[in-house]
Amino acid sequence: MGIIRNLSANLTVIRQSLFKNHQKTIIMSRKVHASRTEGVDKNVWVEFTQLAADYKAVNLGQGFPDFSPPEFIREAFCDALKGGPAMHQYTRAFGHPPLVKILAKFFSRIVGHEIDPLEDILVTVGAYQALFCAFQALIDEEDEVIIVEPFFDCYQPMVVMAGGKPVYIPLRPREGRAVLSSGDWVLSPEELASKVTPRTKAIVINTPNNPLGKVYKLEELQMIADLCIKHDLVCFSDEVYEWLTYDGAKHVKIASLPGMWERTITIGSAGKSFSATGWKVGWAIGSRDVIKHLKIIHQNSIYHCATAAQEAVARGFEREYEVFGAPDSYFQQLPAMLHNKRQKLATCLQSVGLNPIMPEGGYFMIADISSVKVDLNDESNKDESRDFRFVKWLIKEKGLATIPVSAFYSPEHGKEFDKYIRFCFVKEDSTLKAAEDILKKWSQRE
Amino acid sequence: MNFAWHLLNGSKLSRRSASSACRRSFTSQRVMMSRHINAKRIAGLDKNVWVAFTSVAADPSIVNLGQGYPDIPPPSYVKEALAKAASVDRMNQYTRGFGHPSLVKALSQVYGKVCGRQIDPFKDILVTVGGYGSLFSTMQALVEEGDEKPGKIPTSSTDWYLDPDELSRKFNSRTKAIIINTPNNPIGKVFTKDELQVIADLCIKHDTLCFSDEVYEWLVYKGHQHVKIATLPGMWDRTITIGSAGKTFSVTGWKLGWSIGPEHLIKHLQTVMQNSLYTCPTPLQEAVAQGFLLNYEMMGRPECYFSALAEELEGKRDRLAAILLEAGMTPVVPEGGYFMLVDVTPLGQDLSLMAEDEAYDYKFVKWMIKEKKLAAIPVTAFVGEDSTKHFEKYIRLCFIKQDSTLEAAGNILRNWRRV
Repeated sequence: MGIIRNLSANLTVIRQSLFKNHQKTIIMSRKVHASRTEGVDKNVWVEFTQLAADYKAVNLGQGFPDFSPPEFIREAFCDALKGGPAMHQYTRAFGHPPLVKILAKFFSRIVGHEIDPLEDILVTVGAYQALFCAFQALIDEEDEVIIVEPFFDCYQPMVVMAGGKPVYIPLRPREGRAVLSSGDWVLSPEELASKVTPRTKAIVINTPNNPLGKVYKLEELQMIADLCIKHDLVCFSDEVYEWLTYDGAKHVKIASLPGMWERTITIGSAGKSFSATGWKVGWAIGSRDVIKHLKIIHQNSIYHCATAAQEAVARGFEREYEVFGAPDSYFQQLPAMLHNKRQKLATCLQSVGLNPIMPEGGYFMIADISSVKVDLNDESNKDESRDFRFVKWLIKEKGLATIPVSAFYSPEHGKEFDKYIRFCFVKEDSTLKAAEDILKKWSQRE
Repeated sequence: MNFAWHLLNGSKLSRRSASSACRRSFTSQRVMMSRHINAKRIAGLDKNVWVAFTSVAADPSIVNLGQGYPDIPPPSYVKEALAKAASVDRMNQYTRGFGHPSLVKALSQVYGKVCGRQIDPFKDILVTVGGYGSLFSTMQALVEEGDEKPGKIPTSSTDWYLDPDELSRKFNSRTKAIIINTPNNPIGKVFTKDELQVIADLCIKHDTLCFSDEVYEWLVYKGHQHVKIATLPGMWDRTITIGSAGKTFSVTGWKLGWSIGPEHLIKHLQTVMQNSLYTCPTPLQEAVAQGFLLNYEMMGRPECYFSALAEELEGKRDRLAAILLEAGMTPVVPEGGYFMLVDVTPLGQDLSLMAEDEAYDYKFVKWMIKEKKLAAIPVTAFVGEDSTKHFEKYIRLCFIKQDSTLEAAGNILRNWRRV
């Protein structure tokens, strides 16, 4: 396709980064990899999921359910597979028509804006790819991107790969009172404003937040929105956990605030919405003038997403549209089920002296490990932060997998927060019970 | 890929001036998104022949020999394998980022046999979203801004071969990689071992990488053989070979592909993967694994899907060629793949009334879709601007279609002059 056309493109002068060794036949004596892959090769998931598998640990680490997706969505997938040859061939590149139509319908009434299915939506391979398209499409060399910490770890390497510069601002526990909930972690408006420079292009927020579980309140989003409007910034709003809020916390879409539709990309996930993370269907929704740029990245990187999975997700949303807000809705049932699991885990952690921060939303709970007294003297990782070392110890010695929270922070702020580890509670009760048993046994020995 | 290529040669100079323009507009305007919003890397990449032509041909009344996908069903066992996979809880959740274990193991078995070497399933393979995703990962991982690839290498219009001297002139010590596609889309050429050896010799001489797009590898017709350049001496360590489940099992809508190569190259593709989409869908990978395991046992025998599909398509190839000959045209009969080029000059279609400033084949295809309800793809989409004149009378037809679809196309072509 375009490859051959571009083979004829400019044979430009190269940077002199090679040498040839004429004495020996060395295969690929030159540096082979592109610079854009430098510094982004480490990945906490690759490392820790391998470790959890090696030690057959009870896995409260990586964020995916160990229970099945709901019956209706599994049936939708089976029906899609039987739906004739077209279900197994390419569909529309920017999103399977039935899916984009129902997404437009579904979210228009939530955002309060008429969403055009063909112009304002891009379907992607998971929310992850939507993020990738957004960064690649909109972030240039030297652009600054404000990232609120703790952040889902991929934002940083994605900014770096796009040539941009991440600028971090942490959520901090409120001073002067006991910090028991994710709602007690807040942004300082002054500190945030100070991070904006003439080079700032975008700000990335994630609500409900991974790993903290914070659900941003309207006033907090308004503060961010005001800044975006004042400085003409784009807002990337990662809302994959949008249905999972507890204790009456309300998920608010920043795109619904005045002046924000035109400058916000809202990212969602079928994997998180329907507990089917392995289907890898996500989307970016926003104004056509912004989404059109993401489409260009998409059509030049992977071009299409799998058809049958999109068809099944479309049917899932059609069903949810009819029962929206009713007890039947999976988007009501899932948070209700997780509410109980969240409570169970928190109680268990408290009983063994780990201090959890109660999340207002999402899949995860972080706990403070400061009071844990354990000899972590392992020569192989003594240069790593305390939480990394503790998590590895917990996997190897106790068979329980979690994720270190400083993985979600920039190098400059990681040290302040290396006393937390992250648990995923979207697990079968039996898994949570197994974790509980391990923790109880451990605390009894102390 | 347009995108990756542009990224590499993209205007460093214009970037600096654009960002200072941004700074100027920052202070003076408060209108929403007043500044130039998109990154430079996508400038000029919005046009895409597929996006343009596939939507037009989506009308069911159009006989579609355009975009390359089957309208024949995939083998039932792959569909069943998918249904079965989706019924297993664990298969609906994330799997290993670089490729589902059962799939990479099956790929290492099949390709280990084909290549005659041990392929490490975890280090030498990356599973991607289609062959397309593999191409993207490869470019992003291994091609630096400013790296060279040999420019367009024209082929003779009669014989469709690469001129070794011309090719050799395009290589120099700064050449980073060459991309080849065998069997080739759109021509259908299957590179011979000798031709690949010429390329291999140049790669070794100039210390160049080779990206070999082999998505149609099983679709090779009698008298020809698919040769993997990675199996030539000195080539495994510098070659990325790309394959596709969509093309192998006639399930283009599953969008799964793979890159296979030495660990020291694949690891960089894996870095791109973990920073772009992280993992591919699990149940689809499981089903493809089952499809490969089944056919592995039958490899080399007629009941193997890879052989059976090639045989079925050879018949369709011959049928389409006959149809085109009957209509007075001379098709370029492919040695492999599922496309056929044909020169439409004998149809004598006058398009002078079409005002658009486009190559003849673009105008012709648009006109044909509208007036004759037959879709194809213009071949100049596949060539550089300097070659447009050589190819603008050619259109590309896809023949992995039901016999009824091919016959319907035949009717239209036979009755061309009738209004």
